[in-house]
Amino acid sequence: MNSAAPRLEGRELSCVRDGRALFKSLNLHLDGGEILRVEGANGAGKTSLLRILCGLAQPRDGAVYWKGADISDCRFDYHRELLYIGHNPGIKEELTSLENLRFFHALGGHGGEAAALQEALAQVGLYGYEEATVRTLSAGQRRRVALARLWLSEAPLWVLDEPFTAIDRDGIRNLQARLVHHAHRGGMAVLTSHQPLSLEGCAVRSVDLS
Amino acid sequence: MNEVSTLAAFLGVLRRDLQLGIRRRNELLNPILFFILVVSLFPLGVGPGPQMLREIAPGVIWVAALLATLLSMERLFRTDFEDGALEQILLSPHPLSLMVVAKVLAHWLVTGLPLILVSPLLGVLLYLPGEALEILPLTLLLGTPVLSLVGAIGVALTVGLRRGGVLLTLLVLPLYVPVLIFGTTAVVAASAGLPVSGQLALLGAMLLLALTLAPFATAAGLRISTS
Repeated sequence: MNSAAPRLEGRELSCVRDGRALFKSLNLHLDGGEILRVEGANGAGKTSLLRILCGLAQPRDGAVYWKGADISDCRFDYHRELLYIGHNPGIKEELTSLENLRFFHALGGHGGEAAALQEALAQVGLYGYEEATVRTLSAGQRRRVALARLWLSEAPLWVLDEPFTAIDRDGIRNLQARLVHHAHRGGMAVLTSHQPLSLEGCAVRSVDLS
Repeated sequence: MNEVSTLAAFLGVLRRDLQLGIRRRNELLNPILFFILVVSLFPLGVGPGPQMLREIAPGVIWVAALLATLLSMERLFRTDFEDGALEQILLSPHPLSLMVVAKVLAHWLVTGLPLILVSPLLGVLLYLPGEALEILPLTLLLGTPVLSLVGAIGVALTVGLRRGGVLLTLLVLPLYVPVLIFGTTAVVAASAGLPVSGQLALLGAMLLLALTLAPFATAAGLRISTS
């Protein structure tokens, strides 16, 4: 691991979907402590951009660099330092909140530290719902199960697609506080949101796709 | 990252898929019910004569097991693809091929293993002689994991398609034929009192080949399907 600050960079990215150019020659970069907000109308390619930044999709042209290396050459290092919560966060209805969270934690290669998982669920206001099957939870609570990962993760880079969807006002405040805390520790976040953000004391950049 | 954490990820996927398999009971029961029903309809369809049933038994049981496996395959990555869990698995820093093995293993444990457990009973139903009753579960034990591993490649390639089911069948059925041939001939030979080590060795070889190569092909297929 080199000593330079963690840094995400997208060079000359372009994306074409179903024959339509969504964005062309897009440049962006992000340093430790910064938050990047991706803006644009519905269908402008926000999710496509996030998927490209994660390495889930390939850009038509250009490449994404993590600490100076093309992410397709350092997938292992990059994915270890990345946390992605997509629009479909991969929550299983048949499992309990705790089991869902344990699965995501295990995917990162962690054992089952139940106390840490319960603490994370408590942080998102799901105290008492640990053993509840997700099927019985509301849409906002399901979203919170996925967001609980933000309280567990050590990853410096967060990529969040519409994290505030279905979350109530207190939840949004809580989440914004978490983002600020993450940035102050030197972390980075890329997110899309239609809501006004109040992230005091953070360097918020924005990129507009429309 | 060390081996312990890769093991934790492997076990995490395995554990979750087993939990899901057990909670989705109807999915668990579907293949086994299909298997039992198809086999038990044969005495009604072709007549209850022991001679005839004994002759067709190996083929009937193996074909039914093969189709039951094929029918259950499509679910392997489908729900994970639709709810975004597959993306999370792809973004895990651990080798995708190992995560694939965990998923296929869990899938086989909930769908393939029950078939093997009931197969001797169905053999009795079709008048299979004693030696063949011992060999039948053994051939299925070696053969059905091959079906699951090879099927996973097809599922990975078709998971992004809205109607991938037919394509999946066309893709993997030809690859299932060798397993079917050696599986049935082993049981036929056993009923005739002949040695079966040759067929079993070939089935074992197919299993090893599938186990070493199929996960990589499946992983590559998943990356293509999701991008």
